[in-house]
Amino acid sequence: MSARTLKLWRGDGRGGELVAYEIEAGTGMVVLDAVLLIQRTQAKDLAVRWNCKAAKCGSCSAEINGLPRLMCKTRLDHLPEGEPITVEPLKAFPVIRDLVTDVSWNYEVNKRIPPFTPAPEADWLIGQEDVDRMAEYRKCIECFLCQDVCHILRDHRLHDRYFGPRFLVRIASLETHPLDSADRADLVVDEGGLGLCNITKCCTEVCPEGIHITDNAIIPLKERVVDRRYDPLAKLTRRIRRRGSTGTGDRG
Amino acid sequence: MSIERHQYDVVVVGAGGAGLRAAIACAQEGADTALVCKSLLGKAHTVMAEGGIAAALGNVAAEDNWQVHFQDTMFGGKYLNNWHMAELHAKEAPDRVHELEQWGGVFDRTPERKLSQRAFGGHTHRRLVHIGDRTGLELIRTLQDKAVHAGIDVFMECTVTRLLTDGDRVCGAFGYRRATGAPFTFAARALVLATGGGGKCWRITSNSWECTGDGHALAYAVGAELVDMEFVQFHPTGMVWPPGVIGLLVTEAVRGEGGILRNSTGERFMERYDPKRLELSTRDVVARAIFTEVKEGRGTPHGGVFLDVSHLPEQTVRRKLPSMYDQFMELAGVDITREPMEVGPTCHYFMGGIRVDAETGASSVPGLFATGECSGGMNGANRLGGNSLSDLLVFGRRAGLGAAADAGRAAEPRIAEEQIEDATTEMTRYLSGPGDEDPYRMHSELMATMQDDVGIFRDEVNLNAAVADLDDFQRRAARLRSPSSGTAFNPGWHLCYDVRNMLVVSQAVAHAALMRHESRGAHSRLDYPGYDDYWGEHNIVISKGADGSIQLEPRPVNKALALRALVEQRQEAERA
Repeated sequence: MSARTLKLWRGDGRGGELVAYEIEAGTGMVVLDAVLLIQRTQAKDLAVRWNCKAAKCGSCSAEINGLPRLMCKTRLDHLPEGEPITVEPLKAFPVIRDLVTDVSWNYEVNKRIPPFTPAPEADWLIGQEDVDRMAEYRKCIECFLCQDVCHILRDHRLHDRYFGPRFLVRIASLETHPLDSADRADLVVDEGGLGLCNITKCCTEVCPEGIHITDNAIIPLKERVVDRRYDPLAKLTRRIRRRGSTGTGDRG
Repeated sequence: MSIERHQYDVVVVGAGGAGLRAAIACAQEGADTALVCKSLLGKAHTVMAEGGIAAALGNVAAEDNWQVHFQDTMFGGKYLNNWHMAELHAKEAPDRVHELEQWGGVFDRTPERKLSQRAFGGHTHRRLVHIGDRTGLELIRTLQDKAVHAGIDVFMECTVTRLLTDGDRVCGAFGYRRATGAPFTFAARALVLATGGGGKCWRITSNSWECTGDGHALAYAVGAELVDMEFVQFHPTGMVWPPGVIGLLVTEAVRGEGGILRNSTGERFMERYDPKRLELSTRDVVARAIFTEVKEGRGTPHGGVFLDVSHLPEQTVRRKLPSMYDQFMELAGVDITREPMEVGPTCHYFMGGIRVDAETGASSVPGLFATGECSGGMNGANRLGGNSLSDLLVFGRRAGLGAAADAGRAAEPRIAEEQIEDATTEMTRYLSGPGDEDPYRMHSELMATMQDDVGIFRDEVNLNAAVADLDDFQRRAARLRSPSSGTAFNPGWHLCYDVRNMLVVSQAVAHAALMRHESRGAHSRLDYPGYDDYWGEHNIVISKGADGSIQLEPRPVNKALALRALVEQRQEAERA
């Protein structure tokens, strides 16, 4: 056990401040343990959003020592000893209270993306290598840390012109499905603001699932859109190529 | 107080897999549907399901079929299951999986490019459709994306605190928005509960804060029958170290992929408990074995046993169990490709729940339906791993169809203002009433009681002590009050309702456990260690008496004569 100080942001949409709490940190304690301990014993009205406590649901996103992270996955003993730990709400979204933000905008964006649309002639045979390619995108737990760190949303507040990394990953996931037949190229450029991303890779750095958002989702999307928008034949050949690639079925 | 009012054909409470699947079915039937959930969409406890969806597709084991899946489920449930539910489940799970795939779900494949299937405890054949060890996330995300394009209105971070009734029929719900504390009512022609389990009644649990038995308690309050409440599954493998992660789930897929359990002497102890199935015995057997090894002094330094996959190729572990690899590496500093994990039992799943009609999910109260973990009957005395995801798909759909059909026949719902007044009075009392009971403290006391006295092994002395404690909590619960009086996202206030509900389910579990004088499936009595013929033929049905007291009634198991040959064939095989 060792004494640690946590400075938690307390307040609401009208403003707030960091408030310091002292705790005895147990072995292996994560920030969420510390925050819930403070809630149970010192600040019983402390608002915090969490669920699984296992890095699987993406609810407990916050800014820990200024970096977007999951509280349940950040161990106290991995943060600099002897210094207070600051925990603040996500900055790209409006605060509701304390550490809880209003992330409903993300759900509205998702509604605008055409869902998976299987080709009518689909035979439902898919190779493992296609699954592996999609699996990276589908690991996303919707913690919205990538949305939080993205300067287009965080600093420029272009929520009305840009879907953000999370939903570019989602579109990449749909576009990569070998049996999908919908076309989201115009949407991702005209409404999704794909061109606004200048590939600074901040999103990739904060992804708790290790998704290579920029390299494996956004850049390939940009390439495809170029194909699609400026060479209509390319999309057709790409699809044919992709269908063909499912044939080997080798694992690993 | 101004109240936000809505009206729908069907209101679904709970947005895990079961609630989402039910809501989709309702919407596809043309019903005007609302989905109300305590968390954000896509965060429900279904995301914690890791291993897979059980469905007899026969892709990997061609000899698999619904009959074997039915028999495995019945054997796992120690024949207390509702036979017809187990039958429908085994027959329809393959269609529900294919449908999920057609809605965009992505799962691991066989070399023939079909859906792959993995081995799991109690399943005769390799049967679980999966993607790595995050199948639940894939399932919920697929259903979530289907639901948002199906015209369903979603109300996130809303707590339902009461069901409203018109005569003997459920006609809506009352609750509040967690962000603001603003109350709302839903008038509904039919209502589906899909609120999950009540694992937060135990201190060591794999369940999230949401799993507080809300649906059980809401249904009980309006007179619905609960069944099989004594059967609470303790998953054999939860993390035991470090302290902050005690109880966190370690997927059965670890054993499905070849993980070996050893005690502190290095012995593969499952050879003594179930030499035939070893690590892939049913969860009740493995959990009791681990508990016994630790209790008899053969545990690890942190009070668990070792679970080892380090003999498997590193790439297999990284590919098939990626989130387990991350979980142990990041939270415990253990590289599972090189070192064993330390694991012990953790409260995981309620087999028991709201008693429902197999075909429609209808409860014993008109207008009220239930599905998923909050319903009972499908799993009997013990659930097989993988059967929960298939259960929620099969019966989520059925409950949705049942509710939509019922809504089509129902009259315009009429909400009685005095019921709303009563519900708002309770809200105000928890927020700023005269009480002085701290909900955090009572929750902590409740967890201690259930952990110590209503755990894996039970006896009359402990259960009586638990019942006495619960009576005491119930008396004190009248004085529950939030430590602070703000209405915006006030966790102490929210917890008052959670504790209220957890008390109901805890009492149901403890009383039923006291009544069942035998050991069967997940219910183990030290004072009644064997099977009992009478209890092998009876479920315990619980309801609220006219005087408000808890009523328990043994009722004959719901059998289906047409399935008798299949059941007897399996019983013969087990005896041989």
